[in-house]
Amino acid sequence: MRPVSFFRASSIDDAVAAVSGHPDSAFLAGGTTEIDLLRLGVVQPSLLVDVNDLPLTYLEDTDDGGVRIGAMARMTDVARAPRIVERYPGMSQALLLGASEQLRNMASMGGNMCQRTRCSYFRDPTSACNKREPGSGCAALTGVNRGHAILGTSEQCIATHPSDVAVALVALDAVVRTIGPDGTRSVPVEDFFLRPEDTPNVEHPLAHGELIVAIDVPDLPLARTSRYVKHRDRASYEFALVSVFSAMRVDDAGNVAELRLALGGVGTVPWRAHRAEQSLIGRPATPENFAAAADAELADARTTPMNEFKVAFAKRAIVRELSEVTS
Amino acid sequence: MAINQSTAAAVNSVRGPASEPVNLTVNGSGHAIELEPRVSLLDALREHLDLTGTKKGCDQGTCGACTVWMDGRRVLSCLTMAYSCEGHEVTTIEGVAQDGELHPMQQAFVDHDAFQCGFCTPGQIMSAIALLREGNAGTDEEIAEHMSGNLCRCAAYPNIHAAIREVRDADDGGR
Repeated sequence: MRPVSFFRASSIDDAVAAVSGHPDSAFLAGGTTEIDLLRLGVVQPSLLVDVNDLPLTYLEDTDDGGVRIGAMARMTDVARAPRIVERYPGMSQALLLGASEQLRNMASMGGNMCQRTRCSYFRDPTSACNKREPGSGCAALTGVNRGHAILGTSEQCIATHPSDVAVALVALDAVVRTIGPDGTRSVPVEDFFLRPEDTPNVEHPLAHGELIVAIDVPDLPLARTSRYVKHRDRASYEFALVSVFSAMRVDDAGNVAELRLALGGVGTVPWRAHRAEQSLIGRPATPENFAAAADAELADARTTPMNEFKVAFAKRAIVRELSEVTS
Repeated sequence: MAINQSTAAAVNSVRGPASEPVNLTVNGSGHAIELEPRVSLLDALREHLDLTGTKKGCDQGTCGACTVWMDGRRVLSCLTMAYSCEGHEVTTIEGVAQDGELHPMQQAFVDHDAFQCGFCTPGQIMSAIALLREGNAGTDEEIAEHMSGNLCRCAAYPNIHAAIREVRDADDGGR
């Protein structure tokens, strides 16, 4: 690791001022991605601003019946918080199916929003990567890309977004709250994750020095029956090939009355399955309609010979999940 | 270092990149050492405090060999910066035996032959003791899931799990 300076911030204002005042600086939260990438030489800030002491580890109810999660709340604590387990079980499951207990004890919710892709070419400073070094090309397009994305890709980048809990958050219409040099703002979580397009190096709309301080999860009675299922190469401690967050309500006539559906492991961003949702709302909750919805969602998938299996995999995962929820 | 005036207060507290004094509390003892900010807790333990029980396997958060406790919670020391540990209590494998007696989990690992080469063992034990504290070792599936962050290249997993079950089921619950 290259030499680096260090500042342990004791207040949000100090943290924001320290990073925004130094062009080559970065916030340091749990460090589970960032220290790894520092050591690999993928990121090379000359100043680390440690935000682990900030009073942002809370979970509290919001006025609208939702939950506000402090950005420094650790994955373990959020996953096991009764109000998350009861109101958003799919989110709790997503958290507990990510990483290992040690990493979950370290990793913060704000940091999870900023975690970087596991694309091996991104993580290797000698490989071409438009996300790490704009204009250098994308070694993944013709490389080993079995785990890469099939939705939301571009000619510049096919890197998969690695987060599990973010899949739950896009389905739940969560909001990312920030404090930066220009004040506070709230960003709907689906707008927070940017598709690569022509600038895969720009992953979120945060300004330099803008700190995530909380994530608001709105009230959603439907979410009390939400689920998260993760399909992967190993039974534990592995990133998703395909994961599905779902919450569905079927009315007395057997029609889909409410549905939230999102996918992990297949998108360049945590993937809200809007097309599938729209195609199912108001229609009979049948395996045939689930399959048609899955087809619609994956219609624009762009694959490589190594990852084309993910199309059928994702469709089957959706159908199976919705079928299990209705049975 | 280009820092504007509004961050003057921050500048005063910026440390490094050269070595500076750091106070670490490890296994109940305070240590004043000089470290660069880029030094991980793992390297501080091994290279500066001669606490070599904590192992460096992958150095990238994959293997769990470097597992220690920070304020009683198990974390990976390779992905923790030493500077971040000031004011916190770090516990390593050297700190779990008491009064010259092995911790029950250490003894159970010996009794169940829960290792071959032994390299992952300190991390396994630090995770295993924490696992029982966390209360997520009720079933074999739970043990496997919550120990998945500790890899064993010798594949001693059945014996590791047997050791954990024995301590879990002991009268004192591994104290």
